[in-house]
Amino acid sequence: MDGLVMLLTIFVLAIFVGFEIITKVPPTLHTPLMSGSNAISGITIIGALVLAGNLDGGSLAQILAFVAVIFATINVVGGFLVTDRMLKMFKKKD
Amino acid sequence: MLSQNMVNLSYLAASVLFIMGLRGLAHPRTSVKGNRMAAVGMLLAIAVTLLSDKFDWQYILIGVAVGSVIGVVTAMKVKMTKMPEMVGLFNGFGGAASVLVAGSALMAALNAISMHGPGTQTKVATVASGIIGSVTFFGSYVAFGKLAEFLAVKWKLSLWQKIVKYGFSLIVVAGAVWFGEASFRSAGAPLSIGVMVCGATIAGLLLLQKDRFPGMNLLKILSAIIATALGVMVVLNPGNTMLFWAMVGAAGVLGVVLTFSIGGADMPVVIALLNSYSGLAAAATGFVINNDVLIISGALVGASGVILTKIMCKAMNRSLTNVLFGVLGPTKDTPSADDIYEGKVKVTSADEIAMLFDDARKVVFVPGYGMAVSQAQHAVRDLADLLEKRGISVDYAIHPVAGRMPGHMNILLAEANVEYDKLIEMDDINPTLKQVDVAIVIGANDVVNPVARTDPDSPIAGMPIIDADKARTVIVIKRGLSPGFAGIPNPLFVKDNTLMFFNDGKKAILDIISAVKGL
Repeated sequence: MDGLVMLLTIFVLAIFVGFEIITKVPPTLHTPLMSGSNAISGITIIGALVLAGNLDGGSLAQILAFVAVIFATINVVGGFLVTDRMLKMFKKKD
Repeated sequence: MLSQNMVNLSYLAASVLFIMGLRGLAHPRTSVKGNRMAAVGMLLAIAVTLLSDKFDWQYILIGVAVGSVIGVVTAMKVKMTKMPEMVGLFNGFGGAASVLVAGSALMAALNAISMHGPGTQTKVATVASGIIGSVTFFGSYVAFGKLAEFLAVKWKLSLWQKIVKYGFSLIVVAGAVWFGEASFRSAGAPLSIGVMVCGATIAGLLLLQKDRFPGMNLLKILSAIIATALGVMVVLNPGNTMLFWAMVGAAGVLGVVLTFSIGGADMPVVIALLNSYSGLAAAATGFVINNDVLIISGALVGASGVILTKIMCKAMNRSLTNVLFGVLGPTKDTPSADDIYEGKVKVTSADEIAMLFDDARKVVFVPGYGMAVSQAQHAVRDLADLLEKRGISVDYAIHPVAGRMPGHMNILLAEANVEYDKLIEMDDINPTLKQVDVAIVIGANDVVNPVARTDPDSPIAGMPIIDADKARTVIVIKRGLSPGFAGIPNPLFVKDNTLMFFNDGKKAILDIISAVKGL
């Protein structure tokens, strides 16, 4: 149970950190915030990679993980790229 | 291979990079660097994971390659006007990944030679991941379909739209039937049939042409109860993986029904909500595989989505429950359009508008979804430049729910090279509107409807609006007198200081530009 409490602690603290940072994002940047945070949620990829590369997981488990790798990679690659593209558009006259 | 400590320290570094990256989004100046920092964090996490153990590389390499190609192509080619659709879709992919990882982990844990099987934490987290992920995936598909206007509509669809719409439903039902059949022997009749029924229900619901049907709210509650019940059964009997898939199916039905009835005006709320779900699903997956960086990242994204959802609901003065379960539209007390408009609409021309600018010092544009539809943002910027050369100050009043997604108007205008400090939030610009000479409302309707202030029975009662009517003169550019998403008439159109310019957004602005140049 120790491990669970530790993880829950981290989870709760992370939520507080999240609230603090995100409230500072101005409405102008809400769209890239959504695409950027979505890219970060692609972190699921590391779970998928481990399972897809699992030597003795069984073939159905590996195939599911393989599809998960594809989805998560789209999120990560597409997400960071499109966010970068949007953010570069915001200019101010020097 | 890297030691577990090295790996965990690197995950911590990645989490820090994510946090610092999101902090960078507090200002356009620091945002590009912030995003790149977060990307570096992601690369670090991935690299370290791949080095942490011996792996069977074929699936990894092919998966990453395919995903990268799709990711690059979509990110580079999608138009800013289609950004809501894309964000909606990508949210769904996150949900799908979570479900599949949870399912895969469940099967792998059962295959592994272990005395005890998965612990309670793992089981509960697997259930949470499966339910949230499935609701997110199917809900996001519906959001995507509604934004791309091929779901819940009666009109004719383009070829691509048909391929996606029928193809998706076909894959869902075929997949569910095949899966159910294949598992019939091992999982027994009820669950196999259950999975097939869920698949068929999802596929069928997606093909409906009306966004509402009798018993919809009942179905929402029913599918929620069934999904939860199946979830409890998974925890009690993890060996029966079919329970997990039946649960995913039921959650999928819930996801579809929850988002199907949500109207265009409420889409910003739904997208923000699904954004938070994809984060929560990732966090749940983190609890399944005991991974800190998933939990932290999931919490950050979940918090982000929740904040955005709250902001959106406040901006419409509607509670979340109302958005998910209620109906937005005219009531029997709503005055009819004829009562409001008959004989009182003043129509204007491009030349007349050009003359208004003669003695104007301050002009404010109020953009709405219509500007996005007609892709008028570049023309608007050109007109603004023209006016500024004549010494007129030009700003943009951005309502939080204008458009289909939080911040939609901002990225469209940024794409047109409008400086970001001219994009002014509603609360900041409202007090200044009484000093504005000309307010140009382009493609916006409900967000400038004064009925929100005056009529407590209106569907938009209490919703904060842009006080465009306080400007000296209001020009409304619209193709006709059709209502906005709230379905009600707008008395702004017949106020004494309002002139209607009936035209397509882009054409209208181009006409005004010619007229101004011709003066």
